Amino acid sequence: MTEPLALKNHSGESQIFLERAVLGFGMLIVLTLVLLARMFYLQIVQHDLYATLSDRNRIQVQSVPPIRGLIYDRHGTLIADNVPSYTLTITKERVRDMDATIDQLDAMIGLSDDEIESFKKRLARRQRPLESVPMLLRLTPQEIARVSVNRHLLPGVEVEARLVRHYPLGELMAHAVGSVRRINEEDARSIDTVAYSGTNHLGKIGVERFYEHQLLGKVGYQRVETDARGRVMKALDATPSQPGANLVLHVDAGLQQIASEALQGRRGAVVAIEPATGGILALVSNPSYDPNLFVAGIDATTYAALRDSVDVPLFNRAIQGQYEPGSTLKPFIALAGLVTGTVTPEFSIEDSGSFQLPNSSRLYRDWNWTKQGHGGHGTVNLQKAIYRSCNVYFYSLAVKLGIDRIHENLSLFGFGQNTAIDLPEARDGLLPSRRWKETSRREPWYPGDSVNIGIGQGDILVTPLQLATAVAVIANRGKMLAPKMLKSSNVEIPMAAVLTLPDVDKISPEDWQLVIESMGMVVHRGNMGFGENGTAWAYIGRDVPYRMAGKSGTAQVVGIAQGELYDEDDLTERQRKNAWFVAFAPVEKPTIALAVLVENGGGGSEFGAPIARKVLDYYLRDYQPEVSAMAPAGKPAGSQVRVLAAGPNGAQL
Amino acid sequence: MSQDFVRRMPYGSSSLQRKSMIGEKLHLDVALILLLVLICSFGLVVLYSAVGRETAPLMSQLVKIGMATLAMLVMAQIAPVFYLRTAPWLYLLGLVMLVLVLFFGYEVNGSARWLRVPGVFTFQPAEIMKLMVPMILAWYFHDRHLPPRPKHLFWACVMIAIPVVLIGVQPDLGTALLIGAAGLLVILLAGISWRYVFAALGLGLMSLPALWFVMRDYQRQRVLTLLNPESDPLGSGWNIIQSKTAIGSGGLFGKGIFQGTQSHLDFLPESQTDFIIAVLAEEWGLIGVVVLLTLYTLLTARGVVMAAQAQDTFGRLLTGSITFTFFVYVFVNIGMVSGILPVVGVPLPLVSYGGTSILTLFAGFGIMMSIHTHRRITL
Repeated sequence: MTEPLALKNHSGESQIFLERAVLGFGMLIVLTLVLLARMFYLQIVQHDLYATLSDRNRIQVQSVPPIRGLIYDRHGTLIADNVPSYTLTITKERVRDMDATIDQLDAMIGLSDDEIESFKKRLARRQRPLESVPMLLRLTPQEIARVSVNRHLLPGVEVEARLVRHYPLGELMAHAVGSVRRINEEDARSIDTVAYSGTNHLGKIGVERFYEHQLLGKVGYQRVETDARGRVMKALDATPSQPGANLVLHVDAGLQQIASEALQGRRGAVVAIEPATGGILALVSNPSYDPNLFVAGIDATTYAALRDSVDVPLFNRAIQGQYEPGSTLKPFIALAGLVTGTVTPEFSIEDSGSFQLPNSSRLYRDWNWTKQGHGGHGTVNLQKAIYRSCNVYFYSLAVKLGIDRIHENLSLFGFGQNTAIDLPEARDGLLPSRRWKETSRREPWYPGDSVNIGIGQGDILVTPLQLATAVAVIANRGKMLAPKMLKSSNVEIPMAAVLTLPDVDKISPEDWQLVIESMGMVVHRGNMGFGENGTAWAYIGRDVPYRMAGKSGTAQVVGIAQGELYDEDDLTERQRKNAWFVAFAPVEKPTIALAVLVENGGGGSEFGAPIARKVLDYYLRDYQPEVSAMAPAGKPAGSQVRVLAAGPNGAQL
Repeated sequence: MSQDFVRRMPYGSSSLQRKSMIGEKLHLDVALILLLVLICSFGLVVLYSAVGRETAPLMSQLVKIGMATLAMLVMAQIAPVFYLRTAPWLYLLGLVMLVLVLFFGYEVNGSARWLRVPGVFTFQPAEIMKLMVPMILAWYFHDRHLPPRPKHLFWACVMIAIPVVLIGVQPDLGTALLIGAAGLLVILLAGISWRYVFAALGLGLMSLPALWFVMRDYQRQRVLTLLNPESDPLGSGWNIIQSKTAIGSGGLFGKGIFQGTQSHLDFLPESQTDFIIAVLAEEWGLIGVVVLLTLYTLLTARGVVMAAQAQDTFGRLLTGSITFTFFVYVFVNIGMVSGILPVVGVPLPLVSYGGTSILTLFAGFGIMMSIHTHRRITL
C-alpha cells in the first residue's frame, strides 16, 4: 500500500451532482421560456403579419432569370444573341387534373410522348410550389393562338415569353463558340439550382461552356402577391437580375467565313492565330452543324442523323481531331537539330531516295522514291531539306537526335499537351517518349520509331490547334502564347486557368532566321528548275503580294507495304493521305499564323496550301509592304520550267 | 483500484431490493412511460396531418415506435453493472465503426454517414455515439475523485473529441456538435469547477471567428441565412421564411387540425421531419406548442429526479446527461425552425418522422429505467 488511501466522498459527490442537476434544470426552464417567448412573438405579436402572408394573400417569390451575355467577334459582329421565344408552361397547383390538361393540350397542339415524359420529369424536379414548369419551347404563332384562345379552359397553363440563345451565324460558328443546351437531369444534379431558377439552358460546349459562369448573369427575384389559387395579383418589390458578361472573341467572322468556304465542303479544319496575342482568329471544323437546333431541343431523328453521320459533324476536328502532322513537323525537328548542335546549317547529306538504319534491311523512303531507284534530292542541307521537304535528311536527323531530345524540344512548342486557355474540349495530342512507349505499349523505344517521328509520322499526333500554336511560336521567334478565344469583356474575368508557358528561348536568332527563311522558300522559291523549287511554289507562290512562310505536310492514313508505291487510284477516298499546310505572314512582322488540314485531301502543297493562301489573302487584304521590304526571293530567274506535280503522285510526305 | 469498497460490495441480494411496485418489478418507470406515450401520441396526430392524412407513413412510424419500445424494455431489464462493464468496449466498437464509415461509408447528399451491409442493414454509427459518449464518460468518472482533476478532465475531453472529430469530417457538423454537447454535459454534472467552465466559454467565444474560416460554404450560408433570411429568399432562406410564416399564422389557437395551409400547399419543406413543429404550431397554435413543451419539460423533470435518486456516480451521470441531451435536441430543433438558431439537421424528439432518432432516444430511456429500477435501497 504505497499510495495514500483516498476514499471517494460519496455524499459530497451526490451533493455536487444535485446542485448541478438543479441548476441544469433551472437553465432548462429558462431556455424553454426562451422558446415560448419566441413562439409568443411569432404567433401572437406578429400573428397578423404572418396570417396575411399565409392566409389571404400569399406572398410568392418568383425568380427573374438573367439575360445571358452576348458574344461578339473582334469586329463587333454578333455571334451569340438572345431572342424571345414563347414557352408553354404549367403551374401544378393551379391545374385541377394534370392528365386531363395534358390530354387537352395534346389535342390542341399535339405533344409527343417524349415531350410529355420529360415534362413530368421536370415537374418532379421542381424547386418551389407555384413554380411554372416549361412544357414546350419555341411555340409557333399558330400554337400560341390555339392555346391562347382556349386559355379559359386551361387554368394553370400559360404562354410565357422567355429569351433564348440564338446563333445568327448558325453553322459557321458552331465549333468556334460552342453552344448552350437544355439543362438535363444530369446537369440539374450538379448546378446551383438557385442560380439557374428560371433558366432552361446552360453552356455545354466550347466558349459557352468555359465562360458559363460569367455569361449566365445573376438571377433576380420579385415578390408577388397571389390569390388563393396562385394567380399573381400584384408585384410587391423586385431585385432585378443582372445580365451576364458580354464577351468579345478574337475570332474574325469574315475570316472564319473565308476559311470555311475555302475548304469547299471537304472534311477538315482551319485554325488561325494572332501570334502577338495567341488570340484565335479562326477556328473552322468542317462539316459543321447548326447549334440553334440544340437550343430548342433537337428531335431524335435529326440528332441521330448528326450523330451517326460518317462525316461526324458534331466532332470538332480543329481541337479534338488528332492527326499525324506529316512534314509540317520538319521545321520543328530542324530547330531541335540546330539548338542541340546535332546539325549545322552547312551540314549536308546525299539523298539517294531512301534511308536505312545500320544492320537493318528496312527501307525508309523519300516521297519521290521510285522502284527504279532514281528518286532522292541529291545533296541536301538543312535549308533544302525544308523547302524540298526531304525525308531522308530528317530520317537521319531524327535518329541522331534520339527520342529524348526530340521530346524535350518539341514539347516546348506545345505538342503533347493542351495549351488552350478557354477551349475545354481541346485534346492533348500525343508527343511520344521513351516512357510513354514503355508504359502504354510495354515495349522499348526502337530507333525505327525515331525515324518516322522525323517526318511527323508514326506515333506522334497533333490537333490543328496545336500545330497552329506551334507555328505561331516560330512566327514569334520563340515567344510562346497560350491560344485563347476571349479578347475582352465588359466585366473583369480572372483568367485563373492561364497557363504560363515557357518561351522557346534557347534557339539563336540565326537559327530562327534560317528556318523561317527556309519556310519562306517553300512558298517563294520558284523558277529554279525541276526538283529545286519550294514544294508549294507551283500551287500558290507565283503572285503572293506579301512574304509568307509555310510548310506542307502529307500524312499517310494507311500503311504502305515495303517496296510498294502509294497509288491514289487504288485507294478509297477515306484512305487517301491527309493534306496539311501551315503558314504565317507577313514574315517580317507576322500578324497571322495558321494550320490547314484537309482530311484525305491528298498532297499538302496542292490541296492544303491554296486554302491557307485564301485565308491569308483575306486577312492581309490591306497589307502594305514596308518601305522596300524584302522582295520575294527567286523571282528574277527567267526559267519557264513548269513544275507541275513534284513527284509521281504529286504528294510530298 | 480497491479504495472504493462501498460501491464494490456485491450488487446486493434480492432480499435487499425494494420491489413494492409493479413497475419496479418489471424494471419500468411508470411516469416516464406515461409521458412517452402522451408525447408520441400527440406526435402521431401531428405527423398524420403533415403527411397529408395518409395511413401508410403513419403505420410505418407506429411500427418504428413499437420496435423502439421493445428495445427500451429489453435495455431496462439489463442490470446497470452490465453497461458499466461493457462501456469501454462499446465505445471502442463505436469508434471502429466511425473509422470504417470514413473509408467505406455510404454517401447520401455528399456526406458519408452510413455503414451498409448490403441486404442486411444500414445504420449511422454516429447515432450510437449519442449514447456511447455519455456512457464512456460516466464510466471514466465513476471511480475517480469528483470534482474531476485537470488530468482527468483532459482525458475526458479526448474521449469526447475523438468521435466528434470523426463525425465532423463526414461531414455532419450538427451531429458532431450535439455529441460534443452530450459529453460536456457529463463533465458539467460531474462537478467541474466553474472556473474551467467560464474559461472554456471565453475561449470558445474568441475562437468563433476562426470557426468561420473552417466552415464549409453551405454551413456559412446557414449562419448568414439565420441572420438575414430575406437575403436569399429563393434558396436557403426559403425554409426559414416558410416555417416562420407557418408558425406565426397559427396564432393562439391554430388553424385547426388538418387545416394548415402552409404545410398542405407544399410551402413548408421537410414538414414531416425536421420542420414538423411548424405544422404543429400552425394547426394547434400557441396552445399546442405550450402543451408539447410542457410534456417535454415534465419528461426532463422526471429524468432529473431519476438521476438525483441514482445511487452511484455512473448512474447519476448517465441518467442526468441523457435527460439534458434530450432537452438539447428539443431546444435546437425548435430554435432552428423558429429562426433563432442556424439550420442543423436535428429532428424533433419523438415527433419527427423517422426511426433512427426514436430508437436512440428509447434506448437511452431504457438505460435510465434500468439504472432507476435496479437500486438496492430507497433513499
